[in-house]
Amino acid sequence: MNQYAEAFEAFNRHAESGWLKSQRIAAFARFEHLGFPINGVEAWKYTNTKALAKRPFVLAEGYDLQAAQKLLNEAAVTLDSHQLVFVNGIFVPELSDLSSLPQALVVEPLSEALDKELELTCGMMGRLAGIDSDVFTALNFAFAGEGAVIRVGNNQVIDKPINLIHLSTASDQPQMSHPRILIAAGSSSQLQLVEQFVGDDEAVHFTNRVAEVVLERNAQLTHYLLETPGDQSWLIGRTQVEQQRDSRYGCHHMNLGGKLVRDDLVCDLNGKGASSHFSGLLFGRNKQHLDIHSLVHHNAPQTYSHENYKAILNDKAKGVFNGKVVVKKDSQQIQADQSNANLLLSDQAEIDTKPELEIYADDVKCSHGATTGQLDETALFYLKSRGLSDELARGLLTLAFANEVIDELKLAPLYKRVEESVAGHLPHQVDLEEL
Amino acid sequence: MIEIKDLHAKVEGREILKGLNLSIQPGEVHAIMGPNGAGKSTLSAVLTGREGYEVTSGSVTFEGQDLLEMDVEDRARAGLLLGFQYPVEIPGVKNVYLLKAALNAKREAQGLPEIEAPEFMKLIREKIKFMKMDNSFLHRAVNEGFSGGEKKRNEILQMLVLEPKLALLDEIDSGLDIDAMKTVAEGVNSLRSQERSILMITHYQRLLDYIVPDVIHVLADGKIIKTGDKSLALELEEKGYDWLLEGVA
Repeated sequence: MNQYAEAFEAFNRHAESGWLKSQRIAAFARFEHLGFPINGVEAWKYTNTKALAKRPFVLAEGYDLQAAQKLLNEAAVTLDSHQLVFVNGIFVPELSDLSSLPQALVVEPLSEALDKELELTCGMMGRLAGIDSDVFTALNFAFAGEGAVIRVGNNQVIDKPINLIHLSTASDQPQMSHPRILIAAGSSSQLQLVEQFVGDDEAVHFTNRVAEVVLERNAQLTHYLLETPGDQSWLIGRTQVEQQRDSRYGCHHMNLGGKLVRDDLVCDLNGKGASSHFSGLLFGRNKQHLDIHSLVHHNAPQTYSHENYKAILNDKAKGVFNGKVVVKKDSQQIQADQSNANLLLSDQAEIDTKPELEIYADDVKCSHGATTGQLDETALFYLKSRGLSDELARGLLTLAFANEVIDELKLAPLYKRVEESVAGHLPHQVDLEEL
Repeated sequence: MIEIKDLHAKVEGREILKGLNLSIQPGEVHAIMGPNGAGKSTLSAVLTGREGYEVTSGSVTFEGQDLLEMDVEDRARAGLLLGFQYPVEIPGVKNVYLLKAALNAKREAQGLPEIEAPEFMKLIREKIKFMKMDNSFLHRAVNEGFSGGEKKRNEILQMLVLEPKLALLDEIDSGLDIDAMKTVAEGVNSLRSQERSILMITHYQRLLDYIVPDVIHVLADGKIIKTGDKSLALELEEKGYDWLLEGVA
């Protein structure tokens, strides 16, 4: 803990006194009080944070632009987008591109927003994921200073996606970052957000990111979350979404592995007609540990949630799926579907899957199901008996297993990136247009 | 084309093939018939390299190569292709993708470059039409939700595209109505050529009315017990297998 206290002391010392400074102090006290969830915390039952707790991390003080540029080019997905790039938690203007922002869209680094519009920004911060939330959220709040603020005006349909890229590069001492993402989508606005965590395999980094998302009436957000933090890095993320009437939130979550990657995805469906759609993939190998905890609160009648997670685990990788749906009393005529299918590619890979339903209304439609299996040997034989190599046959079948969730990646470079991770380099697809 | 000598094979410790001999020359069409449990499926499994079958002695030479030493995919690339009795459904893998990947795997083994897209499309269109299949079939996942007849037609379509040296047809007639059987038989007959051999494994004589073999073998208790020309099939149809089996026992 000492190392965090030292880092916090140095971090908060220069902050101007005021709401944010005092909140950070309270948040840090909360973090110290709770401690890492090592013993007996139900939400962390299957995920061990001992190694993380033991490791000392420091905040980055600067960055190597060349290394960041290299990692960005080699491992991140770049698109025609409004792009913000961070390296080891620090905003990198040289690699960012906000040159074509439309008037009704604000995209800026959190540090800048705090300088320019302190009150407005603080108003967005901590309302959904405040200091009374879990230990990592409190820790994030204590170090809240960088991240992104995104605001979309009413009725605005934003064509270009926003691309937030968090890079982590190798450093002398292990580093940590605590980005906070604040999103407010005005009524009937539409937005696509890509958020990527890209780490150098040499880097030892701890990313602890929190996103707070507010969708006003009839707003629509498609959120692509791509996680490849690197073999030696931890990534812990909380996405907290509040949805008003008829709003739609879609999260396409591709967790492609790191040392330990844990996500908490929480939606509050607060207005009639609001819907959330989670589709995700956990793709793990070696000794990676991947964990998704989702929670949907049906707080209003006629709200809808749909969740489909697939896990593909090889070697000694371990996966955790915990999907919870809570239907409040009087939230009638809601529908909640949940499914989790898992593919274990080795005997030593493991998955813990647990759907949970808490229903306090009586007129509801809820379903959940979980399956776990291996690659179909007869299908493998069939493909190989047609001359396909073992590698290609396995790649195709693995990809086929994940198709349902990968096909929903409507941004082609993103699709390609995930496909290559899952199936290796496949021969070109046949262009069916030619038929 | 293929030379099988004194082949013995076990499944789960039990000997099923007990000294099988068979030789097929280029251009010949052979049929293997026999009662249930004779070892027909085991033979096709051993020839294609399916796991769980242990060859205890004997040899199989395919185009001068030791077939039993080859991996499953290498057998296909060398030109031995199996038409499955029960084609496997593979959700998520499109037919057109499989066809192209399989064709390119074969071309690569022959030292040829990948097929150009227009050439591939022309080839596929032609073969699909021949098999009386709809173009929409290409978009569909391999065998997923296909009727029995569609699955078998799909097997033959793959043969037409991949042009094997030896086509091994395992109970290709099972589950087919008469129209589907005719289409499948037409496909198989179109494969007949001076350079290509066909080996049909079948329980029923009916198929042989449509694909007339040059040579018929009767397999019983793991061995070929009789070999003859197409008239043997009629004799079997009339008298069944018992008269032959008595001689063996």
